[in-house]
Amino acid sequence: MSGAPSGTGAFSGTPILTVRNLRCTIAGQQVVEDVSFDVPATGITAVLGRNGVGKTSTLRGILGLISRRGEVTLAGDRIDGLPTHRIVRRGVGYVPEDREVFSKLTVAENLALAERQRNPRREFVAELFPDLVARRDQQAGTLSGGQQQMVSVARALLNDNRLLLVDEPTKGLAPKIVTEVADALQEASKIVPILLVEQNLEVVRRLADDAIVIAGGRVAHVGKARDILDDEDLTRRLLGVHVEHAA
Amino acid sequence: MSTLILTLITGVGLGALYFLVASGLSLIYGLMHVLNFAHGAFLTLSAFMGWMVAQALGTDSWGSFLLSVLVGAGVGAVFATLTELVLIRPLYERHIEQVLVTVGLSFAAVALFEGIWGTDPIHIGGPPWLKQTTDVLGARIPNTYWVLMIAAVLVLAALVLFLQKTRYGMIIRAGVENRSMVTALGIDVRRSFTLVFAIGGAAAGIGGVLAMHYSTFVSAHLGQTLLIFAFIVTVVGGLGSLTGAAVASVLVAVLQQFANFYLGGTGDFIVVILLALVLLVRPTGLLGRKA
Repeated sequence: MSGAPSGTGAFSGTPILTVRNLRCTIAGQQVVEDVSFDVPATGITAVLGRNGVGKTSTLRGILGLISRRGEVTLAGDRIDGLPTHRIVRRGVGYVPEDREVFSKLTVAENLALAERQRNPRREFVAELFPDLVARRDQQAGTLSGGQQQMVSVARALLNDNRLLLVDEPTKGLAPKIVTEVADALQEASKIVPILLVEQNLEVVRRLADDAIVIAGGRVAHVGKARDILDDEDLTRRLLGVHVEHAA
Repeated sequence: MSTLILTLITGVGLGALYFLVASGLSLIYGLMHVLNFAHGAFLTLSAFMGWMVAQALGTDSWGSFLLSVLVGAGVGAVFATLTELVLIRPLYERHIEQVLVTVGLSFAAVALFEGIWGTDPIHIGGPPWLKQTTDVLGARIPNTYWVLMIAAVLVLAALVLFLQKTRYGMIIRAGVENRSMVTALGIDVRRSFTLVFAIGGAAAGIGGVLAMHYSTFVSAHLGQTLLIFAFIVTVVGGLGSLTGAAVASVLVAVLQQFANFYLGGTGDFIVVILLALVLLVRPTGLLGRKA
């Protein structure tokens, strides 16, 4: 993990994504200072940190949705010079914060728009989210928050991606829906690695194998997700939360 | 009663002409956030080219009239496409510069048209039926208004079908709502920019040829005059809303015609007052979405 931060528990194996010295700006304001990390080629890697440390901006920077500098490689190929649509076509699926479904398009149209390959995984998506099949002709803007999140996740799962970038998928959802979305991500992680930004630490504990903690615009710690969440001092210091552990 | 009907129907006909110009403006702004001041130039060049075709084939025949409309649409589409590819695309995401370059093009185009076709209006001919009127409940409606209405309905129907039934239409609708998310799905949204410019240019081209028959002349300033009202229509309807543009076109033109007839020729003034009211009370326009 050369160039990566000095956290404990560096990931083993060949990473699917490497990020080196990523700096991002929005309207001239630096939102990510200098971030370096690797994402393993399997499982779910969580990006943790307090509000406003640049987790979402890191994902958007990787995807080229905001102005960025630094080196990003996907399966060994540099992608930091590519426009967003080309990065996505190389196999990066994106589930944005706040869902960003096209509210005036139907569910079916939202999904059709995301299909990039000849044989999209419609059956897989239909099995994960049967509710969306029933609501295929409904305008996405009239769906509940949970259903919109399902559309957003489903869009990313329709293609054979090499990596998913998933940003706060359980934000603002009812507990039952949180479980459904987490189930879907767990199922998806069997076929594609996921880089997950998530504030709900219970979801992180359940889903994530590894975790990257960002603080002050830089990577402050890297390790196994459970180890980080079990370290009370670390979670209090870097995440600003106190995690209750089950007896 | 006949005056009321005449004012109403000619208002709707004028609204149809406004819509032909405003539909492209609205689509272009909705997707690209560019106020295209060169839109009038597309219209004017199309009118001149349509006039030349009609002159060559004989202005009296319906065949040459229809061909001139088609040529107008084609010229508008090609001119708009070249504008997008050569001037707008290199300034991607630089909206102020994009607007300024369209302003520059509009001035340059008028100067060029004056250089080629002169500064005086050129009076044109057309199928004799266009110069006649049709009686509706005692009101004698000039036939050009019917042609304008038919053209606007056909263009609106074609646009709606395209937007609702094709993948590119779907991309454009999605892009109007959230352009960055469209790119995040792996779609090169810039291709649809060119397409939207071409469609807008084609609609403006049709509008240009028909505006020429409506005015009975063509001049280098034909587009600029109409562009002002098209902008008003686009803002009143809601920037980016095709339906809003259609509704506002009729509303603005009918109001304009009524004010012209019943309020001593104050149509233009009333329209500007309407624009100010909409901007003050509902800045997003009648059917525009909130930022």
